[in-house]
Amino acid sequence: MAAPTTVWLCSMQEFAVILVSSILINNYVLVQFLGLCPFMGVSNKLESAIGMAAATTFVLTLTAMASYMVNALVLEPLGLIYLRTIAFILVIAAVVQFTKMFIEKTSPLLYRVLGVFLPLITTNCAVLGVALQNTSKDLNFTQSSLYGFGAGAGFSLVLILFSAMRERLAAADVPESFKGAAIAMITAGLMSLAFMGFNGLV
Amino acid sequence: MIELISQQPIFAALIAMVGLSILFGGLLGYAAEKFKVEGDPIVEQIDELLPQTQCGQCGFPGCRPYAQSIADGDAINKCPPGGQATINALANLLGVPAPELDQEHGQESEVKTVAYIREDECIGCTKCIQACPVDAILGAAKLMHTVIADECTGCDLCVEPCPVDCIDMLPVEETIADWKWSTPAKPGQMIATDRRGELGSNTVQEDAA
Repeated sequence: MAAPTTVWLCSMQEFAVILVSSILINNYVLVQFLGLCPFMGVSNKLESAIGMAAATTFVLTLTAMASYMVNALVLEPLGLIYLRTIAFILVIAAVVQFTKMFIEKTSPLLYRVLGVFLPLITTNCAVLGVALQNTSKDLNFTQSSLYGFGAGAGFSLVLILFSAMRERLAAADVPESFKGAAIAMITAGLMSLAFMGFNGLV
Repeated sequence: MIELISQQPIFAALIAMVGLSILFGGLLGYAAEKFKVEGDPIVEQIDELLPQTQCGQCGFPGCRPYAQSIADGDAINKCPPGGQATINALANLLGVPAPELDQEHGQESEVKTVAYIREDECIGCTKCIQACPVDAILGAAKLMHTVIADECTGCDLCVEPCPVDCIDMLPVEETIADWKWSTPAKPGQMIATDRRGELGSNTVQEDAA
């Protein structure tokens, strides 16, 4: 494994490239199809979608940082790279639990609205996906955190867009056979198609 | 020790995983202590939405116990004084669909009322004073009673115990001080109803009430 030239710094250009690539081009939901469960599950109401987006972004950023440190400081020196998946799941579970406590304390209403989807961030594969992809891309700490944040921002973007559309769809005159989940799936597919258009932007 | 770890990958793996688990466990334990939630703040928010008539028509001794019960998962449609407006507000707060008012617990009165005691007929039995949940009736034994209109919540719990039936529930006159615009239709409803032309009649009815 080639040692990164600097551990902490990354140039402004790199900064922009990482954000654009993780938010738009490699959007975790619509391009890589990770984390579809909360995408369909919590997008019924705009308010809860915003809460979920914020919670997931928080978890993704923290997980990206923590998993980088676990990987660089514990797993690689001891030659335990094969334990990555298990170790990262441990990291994710702890971060989600921490987020749950934090939200329960700061916003009991949001805690209640998110309900079961909050602990389910643990099993959101976008979170594990970000952690694993970061290590395989050989990024430094700042880049990993940025990737985590970018993935969260991308998730937030599509979740909020999608929930706004679903609120309109609830009032729209949808043919009987397409009502409910069916039209939501079609909408998600069309959104995904639109996001494919960002390919080759960088 | 270091040699043992580097020679035996299984020990290294064990120690690393156990160490990580203990580290995260410790952090979570600290966080649990730091972010400890005292009481249930959601109960306060529910209690604020309830009409505070303390009438007991929901089957609980007052609004606060009912708020506690809602937070524990009870139905939100047991409050006749609050009516559909309260149910909608609660449904919005808790993120659940709004049910109709449960008729078992009484019906929502069309207009806000206030109790009025016909004072020449009152025999001074104090039964209504005991029934009043908000202590809005003034009087003493064998002396005439009267209602403090500002305190009365219109729960009509005092009507039943009166032996001479001298309590009336009078509608509250709307004054300039408490008049408000009727709530406009939500944007979501507007789309569907606009198309069928139901919007106009709906708001006119509310205005009349």
